[in-house]
Amino acid sequence: MSSIEMPEPDARVLGNRDAILKALAEALPADGLITDPHQTLAYECDALTAYRCPPLAVILPATTEEVSQALKICHQLGVKVVPRGAGTSLAGGSLATADSVIIGTSRLRDTIEVNYPDRYIRVQTGVTNLSVTQSVENDGFFYAPDPSSQLACAIAGNIAMNSGGAHCLKYGVTTNNLLGVTLVLADGEVVELGGAHMDAPGLDMLALICGSEGQLGIVTEATLRILPKPEGARPVLIGFDDAETAGECVAQIIKSGVLPVAIEYMDRLCIQVVEDFTAVGYPLCEALLIVEVEGSEAEIAVQIERIEKIALALDPREFRVSQSLEQSELIWKGRKSAFGAMGRLNDYLCLDGTVPVSALPLTLRRIGELAQEHQMEVANVFHAGDGNMHPLILYNANLEGDFERAEQLGAAILKLCVEVGGCLTGEHGVGIEKRDLMYEQFSPDDLEAMMQVKDVFDPDWMLNPAKVFPLNASAARRSLIATQGAAK
Amino acid sequence: MNAAITPCSEAELQDVVKEAASQSAPFRISGGGTRANIGQPVAGQTLSTNALSGVDLYDPGALTLVVGAGTSIQDIEDTLAGEQQMLAFEPMDHRSLLGTNGAPTIGGVVAGNVSGPRRLQAGACRDALLGVRFVDGRGRQLKSGGRVMKNVTGLDLARLMCGAFGTLGVLSQVALKVLPRPERAATLVIDNLADAATVKVFCKALSTPFEVSGAASIDGRAYLRLEGLDVQVGDRLTRLREYLDEGGEVIDGDAHHALWRNIRDVRHFADTGGSIWRVSVKPTDAPRLLTTVQRELDAKTSLDWGGGLVWIQVPQETSESAAGVIRSAIGQGHATLIRASTELRQKTPVFQPESARLTKISTQLRAQFDPHNILNPGLMAA
Repeated sequence: MSSIEMPEPDARVLGNRDAILKALAEALPADGLITDPHQTLAYECDALTAYRCPPLAVILPATTEEVSQALKICHQLGVKVVPRGAGTSLAGGSLATADSVIIGTSRLRDTIEVNYPDRYIRVQTGVTNLSVTQSVENDGFFYAPDPSSQLACAIAGNIAMNSGGAHCLKYGVTTNNLLGVTLVLADGEVVELGGAHMDAPGLDMLALICGSEGQLGIVTEATLRILPKPEGARPVLIGFDDAETAGECVAQIIKSGVLPVAIEYMDRLCIQVVEDFTAVGYPLCEALLIVEVEGSEAEIAVQIERIEKIALALDPREFRVSQSLEQSELIWKGRKSAFGAMGRLNDYLCLDGTVPVSALPLTLRRIGELAQEHQMEVANVFHAGDGNMHPLILYNANLEGDFERAEQLGAAILKLCVEVGGCLTGEHGVGIEKRDLMYEQFSPDDLEAMMQVKDVFDPDWMLNPAKVFPLNASAARRSLIATQGAAK
Repeated sequence: MNAAITPCSEAELQDVVKEAASQSAPFRISGGGTRANIGQPVAGQTLSTNALSGVDLYDPGALTLVVGAGTSIQDIEDTLAGEQQMLAFEPMDHRSLLGTNGAPTIGGVVAGNVSGPRRLQAGACRDALLGVRFVDGRGRQLKSGGRVMKNVTGLDLARLMCGAFGTLGVLSQVALKVLPRPERAATLVIDNLADAATVKVFCKALSTPFEVSGAASIDGRAYLRLEGLDVQVGDRLTRLREYLDEGGEVIDGDAHHALWRNIRDVRHFADTGGSIWRVSVKPTDAPRLLTTVQRELDAKTSLDWGGGLVWIQVPQETSESAAGVIRSAIGQGHATLIRASTELRQKTPVFQPESARLTKISTQLRAQFDPHNILNPGLMAA
């Protein structure tokens, strides 16, 4: 079952397997190279598990030099390379092809420098998102981007997908918190972009790398901005009888001058499932908002007072301020376990379109209608403050054709997001999943311009093949390379 | 000076650029012209984006503003003030420092990634940039990003345009994230600090949870700005003052507004001679840089961004040797010659030279977007 096409593997590379593996084995330490087909099977998919393909080999370098060595060899032998962080991509961003090798960051685990006066941390990119905050939190600092998968996901993947999280309404996404990187180019050359200072010179290549989904190079080290932890934080639960009023509440809060750190949204189906799973005490209603504010006690009180005034004027079903640290933790526990809870009940496809905040009610209504038309169920849980929606399309993997129906509904929902002024993906990336929908958002010229940028960094199109760009758009470039490769 | 070409629509802009591309006729791209003498001198017909102006969309509840690139900063600030919002990155007005006239436009701000003191806390122009529409040197009408805050759909060409000084494309429209205007702002002023002590105070203040939104120093006076809700600012001021234990007086009200406008625009160096450098460094490296340039160039200096941004005024007598002295004294960071005579700019790399490979990548990127070399050619060349 799968409706997303991947290109035919390069027969020349498959036929050259032994020589390729030999060259890699000669250049790399034995514990950093996996070639046994039983073991490479562990790398056959990421979190988009419907698509699977084991690579030729998996390389797990421990240093920038090893990444550079590996890329040099792959470059010389014309082998495609799939960069992989922790493999938590929901978009198939690190799906291998049979003629590729995976370069994973799991052994790039060092914290290189923590600098409090200048407020940054430099890490190898295989460290997890959460561990970055863990290494500075005892000294009163934190790393702001906090994707739901933060326990598992690697900084490398965060950079590749420009990850956000629940708190980016106030603190921004990865690109706003990334100061510098060590980047290994497709031919193995190592370059430094940015550093500990606040802006980079020349063209903003750091911005180009962040969110480039492994198309331009492999980031082995990163300098990340760390921030002083707020004095306190408190969430408020606000329940409404309909999505429109909840949407109005979000817009009014944002307009009021209070800038919450997070505004999360859950619909009835999601609340129900979360309650069944965790019993955190959410009120059952059509639309639930979790609004979190930060600061000292006095500052929190003032902000909550304002939010209360706005919310009460909209006649909510429930307005509940967390009264203790335990209650706050419960409120967030429910939100953070939403995906897991949903997964116990059903298979689901998690979408990631973003829409203008003002278009949220309309989008939610249309999603409901589309779900009905497709005869599928959709649960909504998302970051309302920034319009980043995560509709979960429920399906049954054991039911013939159900996954394909879910994919079709997913495509319809993403087209809707673009139609109302939004985009296909807010933080999960295009990967293979949304690759062929790119024409919905971009003109052929727009896509060509992006591909010309890739041409500069990866002229042979060897990095993360068949992702991001529609297959037909990249066909000429890919076939040209195959022909040249054969001629070599 | 030749008359400017001023297209009134994206379609007209596209026609004009296509025509120029076919003849390899270069353009100097201009908004309000207030930053026209930043960069290596450029020869060419002036192409003005001034007529591509106006608010296309303003959605205060979504903190989103979409405007034509030629829209003046004044118009944008007036529009936003109507909803108690603002451009959080506080773009510097270069007129007094560069001695230029005209009305600064958002296109110029985005092209130069122009940010002010609040960059420290709220991010730079590039951080607030959600999307752009532009015409590249092939005459293609392109877009990147959009109008939503989270967007990883395709490569981030919008931010690539930001700070490219028009060398990759002519901006026609930009979408920005805006923020609520703080209810109250006040500044703690601490006197008589040496440079090293100033940076120490900044580091200490910026490690508090008080969200210091400005940390600048001029002539031995350090300024720490707090902004936010009424109750917040009062409370935080008291606690910050106690914590730093350096004493200090508080400035607020009208004087406060003027103070930060002057800091933002580097007014203290406006009426000086010689040349002006803008240096981005790791904050704790700043004191060493200051000592070096004061000693070897007889330069005057000021700090912003908590020490991360150094302004250097170099007297005429030492201007020729300044590039070498400054650039070799920088640890991590880079220096831009922001104001200098045409002659000095002709013989000094205005922007920090990059490594060979990065120079090659930059050149190749420009060749992709501007193969006929017609958009501000050479402006950013090393």
